[in-house]
Amino acid sequence: MKYIDEFRDAHLAGGLVDAIRRQADSRRRYRLMEFCGGHTHALARFGIDALLPDNIRMIHGPGCPVCVLPIGRLDSAIELAGREDVILCTYGDMMRVPASRGTSLASVKAQGADVRLLYSSADAIRIACEHPGREVVLFAIGFETTTPPTAVAVRQAHALGLRNFTVLCNHVVTPAAMLNILEAPALRETGPAPVDGFLGPSHVSTVIGSRSFEYFAREYQCPVVIAGFEPLDLLQAILMLIGQLNEGRAQVENQYRRAVSREGNRKAQALVAEVFELRRLFEWRGLGEVPYSALKLKERFRAFDAETRFGLNYRAVPDPRACECGAVVRGIKTPEQCKIFGTACTPESPIGSCMVSAEGACAAHYAYGRRRPAREGGA
Amino acid sequence: MHRTKGYIRPLDFVGGRIEMTHGSGGKATAQLIDELFMAAFDNEWLRKGNDQALLALPPGRIVMATDSHVVSPLFFPGGDIGALAVNGTINDVAMAGARPLYLSAGFILEEGFPLADLKRVVESMARAAAAAGVAVVTGDTKVVERGKGDGLFINTTGIGLVRDGVEISAERARPTDAIIVSGTLGEHGVAILSARGPLGFESPIESDTCALHGLVAAMTDAVPDIHCLRDPTRGGLATALNELAWASGVGMNLVEASIPIRPEVSAACELFGFDPLYLANEGKLLAICAKGQAPTLLEAMRAHPLGERSAIIGEVAADPLCFVQMTTRLGGQRHVDWRRGDQLPRIC
Repeated sequence: MKYIDEFRDAHLAGGLVDAIRRQADSRRRYRLMEFCGGHTHALARFGIDALLPDNIRMIHGPGCPVCVLPIGRLDSAIELAGREDVILCTYGDMMRVPASRGTSLASVKAQGADVRLLYSSADAIRIACEHPGREVVLFAIGFETTTPPTAVAVRQAHALGLRNFTVLCNHVVTPAAMLNILEAPALRETGPAPVDGFLGPSHVSTVIGSRSFEYFAREYQCPVVIAGFEPLDLLQAILMLIGQLNEGRAQVENQYRRAVSREGNRKAQALVAEVFELRRLFEWRGLGEVPYSALKLKERFRAFDAETRFGLNYRAVPDPRACECGAVVRGIKTPEQCKIFGTACTPESPIGSCMVSAEGACAAHYAYGRRRPAREGGA
Repeated sequence: MHRTKGYIRPLDFVGGRIEMTHGSGGKATAQLIDELFMAAFDNEWLRKGNDQALLALPPGRIVMATDSHVVSPLFFPGGDIGALAVNGTINDVAMAGARPLYLSAGFILEEGFPLADLKRVVESMARAAAAAGVAVVTGDTKVVERGKGDGLFINTTGIGLVRDGVEISAERARPTDAIIVSGTLGEHGVAILSARGPLGFESPIESDTCALHGLVAAMTDAVPDIHCLRDPTRGGLATALNELAWASGVGMNLVEASIPIRPEVSAACELFGFDPLYLANEGKLLAICAKGQAPTLLEAMRAHPLGERSAIIGEVAADPLCFVQMTTRLGGQRHVDWRRGDQLPRIC
């Protein structure tokens, strides 16, 4: 495959692995978090973890949109799907996620709820046009990459004067969550987060630009390297992070220059700014409440807000006490250090957020990496 | 006594549709059987007009397999539900090392289903059965109300004869055995994907649906003591290997670089986030045999038109946890786990 195989070249990868081994100082540890679930998946799929020396530990962060969605928000979607007049439109990866009382979107669909799988937010608009007598709700989730398509749908609904289209908005923003990983009230009990540097998200950065992480790197003295999704991207970005840490630098560097600029996609940013505003507080599964970390529709588009239209009351649902997802996504524990990992909590019957999607930290480790000896966790 | 049949207007295979009476067991059912199924599958057993087929089987061990087909869409690049229903069951029979002999076919039709489409499917089944040298000797047709089915479902059952000395079974994989696939993987899955409208993607990839008993015969001729055979259909190579590993109580080590996958399939997988190891195949098989016999088996497979791109992709290992693992192209290690959820529903 042109433009892909080049970034999976085993010979070049070997060279990068050698360089990482040479440059990694054997007297110190490197605790690197890949924020994004896509990176977690790629590291696991290509077996990259196993190529790294023992003193480099990759910590799987919370950047999996399915994983961080709190159960209470999913309960709201299921409540809406249960209404006779509603067609609930969702992306496929939400279908199997367990909600309260043993339900899921898949189970209510089997009981007769009209739940439709989407490939694109534009499909929801089409469905709303085709069914003027039904309420069509777009169950919108995701980071900055999926927000612009939702904004487009809302604008389109506005332009078409659709009265039967609303969005159940759960869009979240990356930089706020990264801040929270390093500085959250929860850390007062556990001590400082054991993260020395971040692999910055790739697709998210194409939208918001690498400069969105500059404040973070400067204020927290934590290096960030924006990395692509291919094996060579990841290895090169890890090498760049090691270089920064060895030199005591804390900057934003951009490994993924073929797609990410410092400014990002201005058009998409303008679109999002037109339609959405920040919520003061939003609950993340695993992280808890994170200030200014999610979006809601602006007043002008409130007619398309499902929370307003249907008068939804949010009820938080805590994860089971045995679940250690919060500690896992902060790097305080490895998946294997959670008592229920692989026993009570498996991809077939997930208990914690990190197990509900293939991109979750625990699910990726369960599917791809269980055989390797667990690396030490903790600070 | 002279029998006369009253005039019946022939079925309209251009604009006609299935009606509830076609499944009622009366005249309309008889007409559908006569004008469509008999005409396509014609053989001595069907001609007798019995509700069952009386078969004189040669001595030996008989295998039997059944498979229901619900693929959506019914027609896709490289095949259709009819060819799939015949080849799928023939392959299930053949994976015991058997020579398939006879098939049955059961049809569940939805009221309103176009007769033209049904004719196309049935003729495709007849072609596939004739090509495989297997007769469809008995059948059944039922009709459900509009909205209670999805056009057409087909069940086929097949029986076949296993010759002496062949003992192919899922629990026979042993450490150091070689793992061989008969060709490139994932084509059926991608063909179905491209035939589904909403993704709006076109691909030159056609389904690999075909009957594999000829290849299996060539393989058992060369190496009668093949330990395991499986056609990696739903769930793909990864699922089939996990099933065999579990059944045999062994692990498996694969080498990613040796697994044959066409670049178009890899590209489609990249685009849609699928893993080709989990995509369905309908014309490939997976064989496990003793390491010492692997070169002979591989040579026999490559000499057959359906096995030209056969390759040894790994070996069986002792592992009480029954993990399937893979050395990646980069030299890393990953676990190739059971599939979870649906990568693609209604694939066959």
